[in-house]
Amino acid sequence: MKPLTDIDQLAEHYDLAIVGAGPAGLSAAARASELGLAVLLVDENPAPGGQIYRSITTTPVSDRAVLGADYWRGRDIVARLKRSAAAYAARCTVWSIAPDVESDASPFEIGLSLDGRARLISAGQVILATGAQERPFPIPGWTLPGVMTAGAAQIALKSSAIVPKGRTVIAGCGPLLYLLAGQLAAAGAEIVAVLDTTPRRNWRAALAALPDFLRSPYLAKGLKLMAKARRSLRFLGGVTSLAVEGSDRLSAIRFERGGASESLACDTLLLHQGVIPSVNLSNAAGCAHDFDPVQHCWVPQLDDWFASSVPGIAIAGDGAGIGGAESAALRGEVAALDTARRLGRITIPERDDQAAPIRAALGRTLRGRRFLDLLYKPAAQFLAPIVDDTIICRCEEVTAGQVRDAAKRLGVTGPNQMKAFLRCGMGPCQGRLCGPTVVELIAEARGTTPAEVGYYRLRPPVKPVTLAELASLPQSEAAVKAVVR
Amino acid sequence: MSETRTDRDAKTGRGAHSAATLSFSFDGRRLIGRDGDTVAASLLANGVTVCRETPVSGAPRAPYCLMGVCFECLVVIDGVGNRQGCMVPLRDGMTIETQHGRRQPEETQG
Ligand SMILES: Cc1cc2nc3c(=O)[nH]c(=O)nc-3n(C[C@H](O)[C@@H](O)[C@H](O)COP(=O)(O)OP(=O)(O)OC[C@H]3O[C@@H](n4cnc5c(N)ncnc54)[C@H](O)[C@@H]3O)c2cc1C
Ligand code: FES
Repeated sequence: MKPLTDIDQLAEHYDLAIVGAGPAGLSAAARASELGLAVLLVDENPAPGGQIYRSITTTPVSDRAVLGADYWRGRDIVARLKRSAAAYAARCTVWSIAPDVESDASPFEIGLSLDGRARLISAGQVILATGAQERPFPIPGWTLPGVMTAGAAQIALKSSAIVPKGRTVIAGCGPLLYLLAGQLAAAGAEIVAVLDTTPRRNWRAALAALPDFLRSPYLAKGLKLMAKARRSLRFLGGVTSLAVEGSDRLSAIRFERGGASESLACDTLLLHQGVIPSVNLSNAAGCAHDFDPVQHCWVPQLDDWFASSVPGIAIAGDGAGIGGAESAALRGEVAALDTARRLGRITIPERDDQAAPIRAALGRTLRGRRFLDLLYKPAAQFLAPIVDDTIICRCEEVTAGQVRDAAKRLGVTGPNQMKAFLRCGMGPCQGRLCGPTVVELIAEARGTTPAEVGYYRLRPPVKPVTLAELASLPQSEAAVKAVVR
Repeated sequence: MSETRTDRDAKTGRGAHSAATLSFSFDGRRLIGRDGDTVAASLLANGVTVCRETPVSGAPRAPYCLMGVCFECLVVIDGVGNRQGCMVPLRDGMTIETQHGRRQPEETQG
């Protein structure tokens, strides 16, 4: 591996640029460079690992039992990258991917920033391995200090060895909920309750997918995690509504279960409702997306080799649809093989040969996924908040009531029009947190589906770039386009 | 490490080894952080409960996702506004301030 710490160290051109150094990007980079491609791997985080293996090379958590064996497996993946010839730039953010109008030979122009300086480089092929984000979970009062995502607490634990102080409540649903609760408890957090919002009626839909899940490699692991968390922590199931209490800061969480309302005083509330693919960059790069009714989120349209609708851009890992860490790594390898084929480094039979065992393993890791998706599909009242005052766009402080009103009374049919009316999705997060909720609210108000409603049309830069950074760019035609587009 | 943190909102987890300490300021208060922390993590570890006030209503906000998604961790770092605290590694001697509303003109880079 060739570590790049200064933006001037980046070459003008790479065969392949990979965005994201989680299991998908790390494996894709290792495999592609093993096949002889000139690879650039970039990640905005200071160290490789992505979400699951976050800070794996730098974590101050030395007690291995706290984060569990799955976490430490990340060391091998990073070690493989280190043995490879790939160039790796940490703290480097990709804010734009566009066809290079000036060159026939290098199809893509990529806008990056490192340490407050921006650059445009070119690449023949791109693999997006940008992973997942937590599904937005807007409840009344969720913007108050003291409320965080459960993933945020996990990140603080992995990268800084800190856990929330005081009475902590975790609320939500999803397979990661048990893992997160268990890790935080093992690290010494005082978890007073886990409020489980998994809708009981989901079981009926999920049972049809149970046979596959019974043969899933995750079954035993998942059951063990769940049993351990349930034994040691206070689980309250069947929670149907949640609201944060407090004026300047969280003081308690009010919830309903079995028709009765209860309140629990706490200092920290951690929200979690599963994860969804991060689609901002793929959307802004022009890749087509579909609404997946089972995972209940937007996923890019991909072929068997994870190639997107934009020729030359592949999408691997959880960004291609939630599949978990092991499948992320395998998808990264498959995408790398096809990239090498497209660049003429290997033939189609060579690609297929090498991919066969990886595909078999991939099939095993994805087995049983459907059961999890159906079981942990969030309840409608959490996808489209019922209480009108609930803020859904944290940046521009737009409420659920405003969106509902605009959809019903003013006849706003889609999220892009909603932007113009209410400014939701116009803040610095560029719809990352309100997008999914705006779509649900419009669909509900207009009696249609999220697929019909569509999603925000996003434009580069997908992350804010300072004027100083833009001013430092060479003024080529492409550079000007990257800004004015 | 735990004794160097003000230990209000976050505490050092069990089984952690310590690292070099860094000195920084938040709204003029001198605080101690750990090498390897991001700005947002360090503020949390020091019990800082609010890092910005929103441009629309002035409501207090604190880091929410710690992974670069929500932009609730925006702060002014060494005079430059709108910086995502959860993505910026803490450095010794940093001057960090609450971001009040939108980025102010005087907070732009020189
Ligand atoms: C908060 C959170 C915690 C999770 N914890 C676990 C866990 O403990 N166990 C588990 O099994 N699964 C966990 N998951 C699910 C998880 O995402 C994994 O399945 C796995 O990490 C997916 O790997 P990946 O390579 O697809 O993406 P990730 O591991 O998410 O890696 C994506 C990387 O892309 C980078 N990136 C994104 N956009 C850009 C950009 N524009 N420029 C530069 N870099 C960029 C990110 O910084 C990130 O490092 C978690 C998910 C989330 C959101
Ligand atoms: S805390 Fe969400 S972007 Fe920093």
